[in-house]
Amino acid sequence: MILARVVGTVVSTRKEEKIKGIKFLLLEKIDPVTLQGKGDYLVAMDCVGAGKGEIVFYVSGSSARMTAITEGKPSDAAIVAIVDAIEVDGKVVYQKDAVVTT
Amino acid sequence: MILAKVVGTVVASQKNDGIAGGKYLLVRTCDTRGREKGEYLVALDLVGSGRGEVVLISQGSSARQTEFTYQKAIDCVIVGIVDRIEENGQVVFRKEEGR
Repeated sequence: MILARVVGTVVSTRKEEKIKGIKFLLLEKIDPVTLQGKGDYLVAMDCVGAGKGEIVFYVSGSSARMTAITEGKPSDAAIVAIVDAIEVDGKVVYQKDAVVTT
Repeated sequence: MILAKVVGTVVASQKNDGIAGGKYLLVRTCDTRGREKGEYLVALDLVGSGRGEVVLISQGSSARQTEFTYQKAIDCVIVGIVDRIEENGQVVFRKEEGR
């Protein structure tokens, strides 16, 4: 799975019949240590109710069809988790809803 | 499979129901000497790996060919902990010293 931040949404009214009613979110891959965006974007189907700004991880390829929402659908990227915390080398580098003190 | 080093953990309480209950580690691809060099991945740990260990990663649909991940929305799993890597007749990585 790959870590990314939800940076927006993608709306498509004329689309393949099967994927009607599914939410598309715009993801930007992030470097997990710096949490900076890598300028590498994709559109993924939301299977966990992720919100803007949240860090998530997604599955791609055929595994993206292994959720109730995406089963049998032409989906190759599905958000399967909203990340609460990332620890790297013993240090918590990301904590969801943590008050950022600058 | 690819070689990667376990560098941390990823905690996610809100998950797609199929993949709850697993332990998700942050790994980074590494060279044959166990030195980190590439992209980061979130991998489901099936073998009890610890931070700093070099592991074998399996990706894509093959990641679903285990008891826990069968027909689950998973595309990256740790399938083994590396003890030793021999390259061109020379041991280039050994678990204890390589850390």
